[in-house]
Amino acid sequence: MTNHWIDYQHSDVIMAIGGNTAENHPISMKWIEKARENKGAKLLTVDPRYCRTAAVSDAYVPIRPGTNIAYLGGLIRYIVYNNLFHREYVENFTNLSFLVNEDFDFDATDGVFSGIEDDPARSAKKYDRSSWQYQTDEDGNILRDPTLWDSNCVFQLLRKHYEQYTISNVSKITGADEDALEESYKLFASTGQPGKAGNILYAMGITQFTHGAQNTRSIAMVQLLLGNMGIAGGGVNAQRGQSNVQGATDMAMLYHIIPGYMRAPQQGQHATLEDYNRVETPPTGWWAHKPKYLVSQLKAFYGQNATRANEFGYQWLPKLDGVDRSHIAAYRNMRDGEIEGMVCVADNPIVAGSSARAKRDYQKNLKWLVSLDVVENETASFWKAPGMNPEEIDTEVFILPAAFSYEREGTKANSGRWIQWTWKAQEAPGDAKWDMWIVNEMFKRLRRLYENEGGVVPEPITLMNWDYDGPGGEPDLDKVCRELNGYRVRDGALLTNFVGLQDDGSTACGNWLYGGYYNNPDDPACKRRIREKEGIGLHPEWSFAWPLNRRIVYNRCSCDTQGRPWNPDAPVIWWSEEEERWVGNDVPDIPGTWSFEQSTDNPFIMLPEGRGRLFAANIGYPFVEVGDAPMPTHYEPADSPVSNLLYPNATFNPISQRFYADHTVETDEERQRYPYIMTTYRVTEHYQSGSITRNMPWLNELMPELFVEIDQDLAGQLGISNGDEVIVESKRLLNNGVQEGITAKASVTRRLRPMMINGEKKHIVGMPFHWGFMGLGKGDIANDLSPSVGDANTTIPEYKAFLCNIRKRG
Amino acid sequence: MTKSLLIDTSKCMACRGCQVACKQWNQLPAEQTTFTGSYENPPGFTPKTWMKVTFREAEVDGDVAWYFGNLRCMHCSDAACVLVCPAGAISHSDTGSVVIDPEKCIGCNYCVANCTFNVMGFDRQDGVAMKCTLCEDRTSNGLEPACATACPTGAIRYGDRVDLMRDAQQRVRELQAAGNPRARTYGQTELNGTGVMFVLENTPEHYGLVADPYVPLSARAWNVVFKPVRVLAVLGVAFGLWKNWSSTKDIKEGKGT
Repeated sequence: MTNHWIDYQHSDVIMAIGGNTAENHPISMKWIEKARENKGAKLLTVDPRYCRTAAVSDAYVPIRPGTNIAYLGGLIRYIVYNNLFHREYVENFTNLSFLVNEDFDFDATDGVFSGIEDDPARSAKKYDRSSWQYQTDEDGNILRDPTLWDSNCVFQLLRKHYEQYTISNVSKITGADEDALEESYKLFASTGQPGKAGNILYAMGITQFTHGAQNTRSIAMVQLLLGNMGIAGGGVNAQRGQSNVQGATDMAMLYHIIPGYMRAPQQGQHATLEDYNRVETPPTGWWAHKPKYLVSQLKAFYGQNATRANEFGYQWLPKLDGVDRSHIAAYRNMRDGEIEGMVCVADNPIVAGSSARAKRDYQKNLKWLVSLDVVENETASFWKAPGMNPEEIDTEVFILPAAFSYEREGTKANSGRWIQWTWKAQEAPGDAKWDMWIVNEMFKRLRRLYENEGGVVPEPITLMNWDYDGPGGEPDLDKVCRELNGYRVRDGALLTNFVGLQDDGSTACGNWLYGGYYNNPDDPACKRRIREKEGIGLHPEWSFAWPLNRRIVYNRCSCDTQGRPWNPDAPVIWWSEEEERWVGNDVPDIPGTWSFEQSTDNPFIMLPEGRGRLFAANIGYPFVEVGDAPMPTHYEPADSPVSNLLYPNATFNPISQRFYADHTVETDEERQRYPYIMTTYRVTEHYQSGSITRNMPWLNELMPELFVEIDQDLAGQLGISNGDEVIVESKRLLNNGVQEGITAKASVTRRLRPMMINGEKKHIVGMPFHWGFMGLGKGDIANDLSPSVGDANTTIPEYKAFLCNIRKRG
Repeated sequence: MTKSLLIDTSKCMACRGCQVACKQWNQLPAEQTTFTGSYENPPGFTPKTWMKVTFREAEVDGDVAWYFGNLRCMHCSDAACVLVCPAGAISHSDTGSVVIDPEKCIGCNYCVANCTFNVMGFDRQDGVAMKCTLCEDRTSNGLEPACATACPTGAIRYGDRVDLMRDAQQRVRELQAAGNPRARTYGQTELNGTGVMFVLENTPEHYGLVADPYVPLSARAWNVVFKPVRVLAVLGVAFGLWKNWSSTKDIKEGKGT
């Protein structure tokens, strides 16, 4: 999130799109209610299903799963063509007036941008993005046209690109009623007035698509156009579904980054530390400091062993070899026998992963599997699944019982980037150990093995700076916190924040973003719990928000070009003439050394051009770029019931990797066989793969079984009544040699209605994915049906839109 | 009645934290349920289930609506259960809530059968009626009822009845001003006032409530006719139950005839 939960109270209009906030983040409603009470805020829900959030909304627009870009593109068009954008904001804080290379082009027949080329290794396309650049003068300054008339300026490109996204076209694509669309656009665009705040909150209903990153980009662009970034009550707010997902991302639980959102080193491109710094460090913007963060991280990793002579141990970092190592790809490697063993930490892909039926078969190729979890989950017990023959499976499974989060202390970073310490509530039962203990022991034993027996590349393990032991054989969390916070190598003195980090080896810091969260061990910021007495609900002394305890990022934009808050009732920061610096309720998102003019010209300090991007230009620094479109473009989901209305030759995102041949619905015959559009989701009562909640009788009582929501019209056609058992099937099961679909109870509901998609009647059905074959509450696995295709940038699978068939059982 | 609960359904998003909190505080075991087509579960009220969130779908002006209600003992001023209880086991507390004294309860089931809202459970094993206590054990110790404490949005509030009545009317005015002419209160006058009051966005039926609740004449008559002979009746019923119990026991122990 750019903002945080409590900040919702300042919103005038809140759009929940692809995020079922009442259902999956119930506490958010406390602040949405507050905004309603205090300022008559409106909640708008855009979702394929009339969900619990829709039920408590002021306005609701149903859209077909997988058509968010059409909906948001329509909103962008509505804002741009009706002059509803926040003019002073957009002209000064975004790249609206920047000129783009004349070679840049878009092919509206194929639905692709200039630079498209084949990428046989991924069975997809890729872009040569050299034409997606700004025009510059001889000194490298970006050319601008303040009149916005130049046909190559971003404003004109936007107008042209979104010209087709008329309400009529958007209605045909999304299935939403034209009047409802226009009303919702009007409502949200009303926040483009100075002083008004529009908040867009989302979750997996935006990200889990083959064009997920583009969905998110669309949201960011709407918020830039309306001047909703950096202000109280605004923002692009990703709602995290687990208490520490934000923390996990910060710590690089994804393979393409290392901690602190730095790109994982690649073979070739990043052969040396110098190469890495040259390729990855932009000359301007805050990321110009990247070498300090990387070298300090290497010092934290390798301690005394990291010296200038050995590139601070850079060569011990693993390098990516250009092969996809994401979730989908890892299982494909497993299928091909390329992976010998798997350590699965608090994850249950056999329920939560795409094409889960196939994954159970692929796991048979593992020699060993370690599962670290609170319960014996389906992934650890895949060999017990229905249809499995344990006699044929040689995988040796180790289950390490782990303590629950309430049975250990430590920090969790919430959606608002607040790093909050939580204390142990009770002891873990039996042999269960906290994850820190398990990882510490695992590492120490691995190191002993490498030391005694050697190995191909032992140094990353044997030379690792790993000393976390505390009294009584328990790890000492204080040591971990100090390393994350950052310290001076010479004497171990803790650093105030990341501004003091250096690239000469004199400082060490595990994750620069966490700099300052633990700089005073006697009273660390992350353990503070002081409510603010006056202010705008930022609670700066309640825990610590990265970066630098900043609660609203890009907050320079909360003020006009004179430095006065757009909304004087909820001022975030402002320019003090007396003190000649930025002051206010929040930590200013501007380097302290900058002049007022610099801060006004470069309010988006993380980007080299200092401006919010309405056009995602390629200016040579790979990390901050997206690979699939400089302006979001409507693509169908991989399993699509219709052709692409806007771009005749386009189907789904051409850049999305085709992992398996003949995996998704392609022919008309298949569309007839799988005619219904499925979207999967979560319910309040269960959590993720359900491994915890399905073992809790009170929750099973509320939501006892897997069900599928079907509209009344379709149920009538298929002879299905409420509570009937039905079979649901998709191409994935057939491909895996399974003829029979999965079984679920029918929920025949008026909350879903048939939709007219470009003149054709289509039915949307929905299914929660919480059930599996282990635990107290059992049920079939919804993800047996979902496709293993993913977003072009992140490869997150397309769980939210695929085709299926439904029939009555028996 | 001095203390009440106000349930503002316009603020409820059916997270059912209240339903779980009720089970947790009162140590009520889970029911074995099945999915019957609605999110609402369990189906009815039992000694293990004292309150539940209701889910009702409706079509309003051509649009779908989903109403979330909150059913449990309404703590009626005109309480049928109090009137019909032959053992004097059910009474109003000082704050106005309806409480069952399990020591006095003889397990006749009349209260359950006569409950206006059908929200009481009967424990066949122990032969006692059970229901929402408005968390008497919490409120008498300065805490709010468990459901109110759990509610994240303030949809369930506990407090002085006069304050809550004023807030409820104010809220209804707000909802009406925002364009919902159907907004109304419930429980201020119904049955002479119920200890559980509501702000509703549609008619009571959309929330599983009774539109015009009344205590049937039979229950009132029963009370009038019965009262003079209550002591005898209690003894009689108690004797009958003892007979029944001892013969059941005989059967269980194999001494049956």
